[in-house]
Amino acid sequence: MEFILILIAAVFVNNIVLSQFLGICPFFGVSNKVSTSVGMSGAVLFVMTLATLATYLLYEFVLVPSGLDYLRTITFILVIASLVQMVEIVLKKVSPPLYQALGVFLPLITTNCAVLGVAILALGMENGSLLKAVFFAVANSVGFALALIVFASIRERLELVDLPKGMQGVPINLLVAGLLSLAFLGFTGLV
Amino acid sequence: MMSPKKSSFFNMTLTLFVITLVAGISLGFINDLTIGPKAKAKLERKVNALKEVLSDFDNNPVEDVVMIKSEKAKDSIEIYPAFLGENRTGTAIVGSSENGYSGLVKIMVGFNPDKTIQNIVVLEQKETPGLGTKMKDDKFIRQFRGKDPSSFDMQVKKDGGEVDALTGATITTRAFCEAAQLAYDVLLEENLPEATPTQVEPGNE
Amino acid sequence: MADKLNQKENFLKGIIKDNPVFVMLLGMCPTLGVTSTAFNGLGMGIATLFVLLMSNIVVSIIKKQIPSKVRIPAFIIIIASFVTIVEMVLEAYIPFLFEQLGIFIPLIVVNCLILGRAEAFASKNNIVSSIVDALGMGIGFTIALTLLGAGREILGSGSLFDFRFVSEDANTFILFILPPGAFIALAYLTYLFNRFTAKTN
Repeated sequence: MEFILILIAAVFVNNIVLSQFLGICPFFGVSNKVSTSVGMSGAVLFVMTLATLATYLLYEFVLVPSGLDYLRTITFILVIASLVQMVEIVLKKVSPPLYQALGVFLPLITTNCAVLGVAILALGMENGSLLKAVFFAVANSVGFALALIVFASIRERLELVDLPKGMQGVPINLLVAGLLSLAFLGFTGLV
Repeated sequence: MMSPKKSSFFNMTLTLFVITLVAGISLGFINDLTIGPKAKAKLERKVNALKEVLSDFDNNPVEDVVMIKSEKAKDSIEIYPAFLGENRTGTAIVGSSENGYSGLVKIMVGFNPDKTIQNIVVLEQKETPGLGTKMKDDKFIRQFRGKDPSSFDMQVKKDGGEVDALTGATITTRAFCEAAQLAYDVLLEENLPEATPTQVEPGNE
Repeated sequence: MADKLNQKENFLKGIIKDNPVFVMLLGMCPTLGVTSTAFNGLGMGIATLFVLLMSNIVVSIIKKQIPSKVRIPAFIIIIASFVTIVEMVLEAYIPFLFEQLGIFIPLIVVNCLILGRAEAFASKNNIVSSIVDALGMGIGFTIALTLLGAGREILGSGSLFDFRFVSEDANTFILFILPPGAFIALAYLTYLFNRFTAKTN
């Protein structure tokens, strides 16, 4: 079914981080531990899906009919920012330990290019529909989670290794990400 | 030196409202300024594409365009007749395929009056840079020039056809061939006149 | 004069000491996403520089009018407006660059660099300093992107700014214009940058 194709494409073939370059900041920022990575992935899943739902409706039923589609960027980012505020408030009440763990990363989801990026990409799907767009968002957050968690597990091991001075920190992380991206490139012929 | 303005509800709402208002008005203004040039740029691209795929013409193909609906494509298909005086010098047809690696591949195929391919220009694509995007290269396109699609099988060699696929971009190549085939099928269906432009009946299928 | 010296440092910090890409790791997404050619890297750098400059100026001018609690949404609206202006102007006057940069143009609005400077600097400093800060950071960003784009283009396509210096059929390191190549190229570029700054310190 078409949805299976969307899922496979989003998670493996066009992985949001490793091949579309969206969501890099949290990718490097949160992935030093697998546990925070899982938490961040959950938050992203929630925000990305809701955001795409809201922005798709906003675009199709408000912006386009009134010829205001040039306001797309500005309205989308405001929707996302508000959603993140709400998630923060809800999370604080429902699960304080998780709220503590994610700390400064929650507001960062607003500037996570993956959320805004997926919201915009969802508009360009062939024969689009609300259901497809939302599913696309879910699929992409799964792809984000996969990349993030795999990367975190590698990083946890990297801590125990000796590296040349200039390579420590940023460069080696980028190199590992590059190798991961190379591995995912192998999925190209799948779809 | 943070702002001395109090974060009262009224202040917050007023500030955001004013900023949004100013932003909205400025953007609306700039939008009005740029709508003209945007349309002009689009038209120029189309005219340039037409010049590249057709041999000489002195009519205005954009004005003489014929649009037909076909189940083979989502949007209507554009057909641009080219004339030099009274004689037809060619036809440019926009073929498309949604089966590219990243979706839509749209090409303009210029046909000679004898239905061979004069040239092809890529209009829209979002394929992988360096791989699929090489469909725009002369190296790939020249295998189509001068060919008669009735005898030149426009499928990739892997599928039994005669087209050399792009390295590492078979899917993209298939989409390109699909689009080219669509353009040719439309050309055959339309039975377009050899002389001055007249209204054409929509394709029967 | 103390003030003049400050501005020089203010400007230079964005290029080396606090380079947005190599040191602060801001704006990673466009850095990796549009640098398959030097021209695209340069174009994105300049577009970002423009937005950064304008937003720093506006924020610095109206900083006293923004209540502290809504400053982030306020900054976002200001930044998003300038990004939209860039979108519209590019689509109308430089369509080629508009197509190449694609989705990364609207994504300038979430480039943490711009929001970061608005919050950390422009909202706390006068207009002149904010302008200098934006110029320094923006140029540092542009240099990083153009260098990365040049490296990837030379290795991956055998050309620089679309000027080919190998024959059309030559084999090039295609990897560098594909996603993994972006990561790998940036990794080594950062490594070189680190060695360079370690030596000069």
